[in-house]
Amino acid sequence: MSEVALKGLMKRFGATSAIEDVSLTIGDGEFVVLLGPTGAGKTTLLRLAAGLDHPDAGRVLIDGHDVTQEPPAARDVTFVFQQYSLYPHLSVYDNLAFPLRSPLRRTPEAEIRRIVHDVADLLRIADKLQNRATHLSGGQMQRVAIGRALVRRPAIALMDEPLSSLDAKLRADLRIELKRIQQELGATLLYVTHDQTEAMTLATRVGVLREGRLVQLGTPREIYESPADAYVAGRLGHPPINLLSRRLFPDLAAPGATATIGVRTEHLEIARASDGPRAGPVGTVSWIEHLGDQNHIHVAIENEKTVSLVDPDTPLAVGDLVSIGLRAPLFFDGKGARVQA
Amino acid sequence: MSANAHSVVEPSAGAKLAASVLVILYACVALIPLLWIGLTSIKSPPDSIAYPPKVVPFVHFTPTAEGFCNLFTTRSRQTPDYIAGLPPSTGGCDEVARSRNMVVVGASNYVPRFVNSLIIAFGSTALSIVLGTAAAYAFSRFRVPLKDDLMFFILSTRMMPPIAVAIPVFLMYRELGLSDTRLGMILLYTSVNVSLAVWLLKGFIDEIPREYEEAAMIDGYTRLQAFWKVVLPQATTGIVATAIFCLIFAWNEYAFAVLLTSGAAQTAPPFIPIIIGEGGQDWPAVAAGTALFLLPILVFTVLLRKHLLRGITFGAVRK
Repeated sequence: MSEVALKGLMKRFGATSAIEDVSLTIGDGEFVVLLGPTGAGKTTLLRLAAGLDHPDAGRVLIDGHDVTQEPPAARDVTFVFQQYSLYPHLSVYDNLAFPLRSPLRRTPEAEIRRIVHDVADLLRIADKLQNRATHLSGGQMQRVAIGRALVRRPAIALMDEPLSSLDAKLRADLRIELKRIQQELGATLLYVTHDQTEAMTLATRVGVLREGRLVQLGTPREIYESPADAYVAGRLGHPPINLLSRRLFPDLAAPGATATIGVRTEHLEIARASDGPRAGPVGTVSWIEHLGDQNHIHVAIENEKTVSLVDPDTPLAVGDLVSIGLRAPLFFDGKGARVQA
Repeated sequence: MSANAHSVVEPSAGAKLAASVLVILYACVALIPLLWIGLTSIKSPPDSIAYPPKVVPFVHFTPTAEGFCNLFTTRSRQTPDYIAGLPPSTGGCDEVARSRNMVVVGASNYVPRFVNSLIIAFGSTALSIVLGTAAAYAFSRFRVPLKDDLMFFILSTRMMPPIAVAIPVFLMYRELGLSDTRLGMILLYTSVNVSLAVWLLKGFIDEIPREYEEAAMIDGYTRLQAFWKVVLPQATTGIVATAIFCLIFAWNEYAFAVLLTSGAAQTAPPFIPIIIGEGGQDWPAVAAGTALFLLPILVFTVLLRKHLLRGITFGAVRK
């Protein structure tokens, strides 16, 4: 395990720019998650790091060595694909042993057996070793794929949405497993996803990608509490952050450039307007969503909509007039950039 | 991804029965010529041209190995007196020949022609598959300049009947000294088959996700090693199906074989009709030669039928 640095990476496909000047250093033992929607360049960035694609500009350094021109095999990286991760003609054991048997490593078979069994224990698939790779459930397949990425203790393991093809329950289970395994091994990981929960729970640091650019990099807490712009603010949080016009809150002390006020659902204070005069605008309850564990209340303020969380036993009903109070609002200018209060 | 990713509705019992009846009916019609070849090969020459036809062995006619004897031997006609003066026959084909006032003077050319067929058909199939797999992989995986045009060019070599270029090929082969050589025939059949092989195999290789090779290349293998260890094992089905198509073409090819081979490299298809000319219309010998000629393809196909079936339906069922 070692430090991996991406420096000024650029990649174009024809006329479209996939990666635009991305620099990122992943420290030894760090779990960095890149978060972004489809088409943000997440997979491209991983492929550049792996050597499956070549950057138009920029360098990839592993442990200080420039590997930009090296083929994937020479880089000491591993890759977990979103799908098709396992060699279908091989058993689970042979899949796990495959990297160790490569001409570059030539590990003795006894040593391979020991390592494979260790990894299988760690992944809790020891009883599946003799199965054909295709005779596993989706969750087991991805465990094996993750195992294959870790058997040879690479400088860095690259993972491309490894959990996205699994159903919600398995995804949650495996997410916890993955964090446990990463911590037990002290593995260095670069992981991309569009799932904010994975980013928040797995990462030591999160990078938010937008149209090939790294918009913000920080701990999950930093990204959530202090987003660099309205885009980053909108990537995290469920229901998403409410972005409301400055003019709705004439009494609020905000920096001069503020055009939009962002407020997380948990920072919206909603009270029945008739309960007494309060600062802030008055809106109308347009809908209450009962999700079981939580309720979402939709409030229309003039023409703008907000969503917040309310108690399951809220006395509020559709059509009620409510006053809106803000805690810890975030201010954004006309272009969406953060304005510090 | 896995076999159970696409479900197939189990047909009803009635539909199955109807399908079985249809298949059996069709098989009967299709197999009658084969049955007739088999029956004729065990008839005597007079029985083979008797009218009304003799159908049931041991009832309408007595089976005999005469057709096979005539296929494998050359004989000369002699007077009964001459034959009576010979030492006692060694039995077998000798005996059969003497009953027709003939003596066996040597082996026929059937076996060498058959061996030529084997060498040329399997040789050209192997060459077509090797070239076809390499080209198909390159077309499937790499950015080849003018890829579509090249693929169309390869397909276009298939668009006119090969025999249309018979005269140029004949003249070219004469100049190059390839006429009536096994190498010449292998090259010729390969040139016809390789277009089919490239197109079929590209389809199969396109279906193999490139993530497999990429995973192998990251796991410490070169592209060539990844190709051997990961792509080839998964392309087996397609390769086998393609090989059978190539083999059938090369094995059955008649027109070029007649034109370009006459002796050393002659294959079985042009040789079998020649048997008719030797000493009357010897249909049992022709039938025997044909029956044996059908066997290799039958054996090859039966041995590989599992792959063939999967290969033909490959791509038809999408994930």
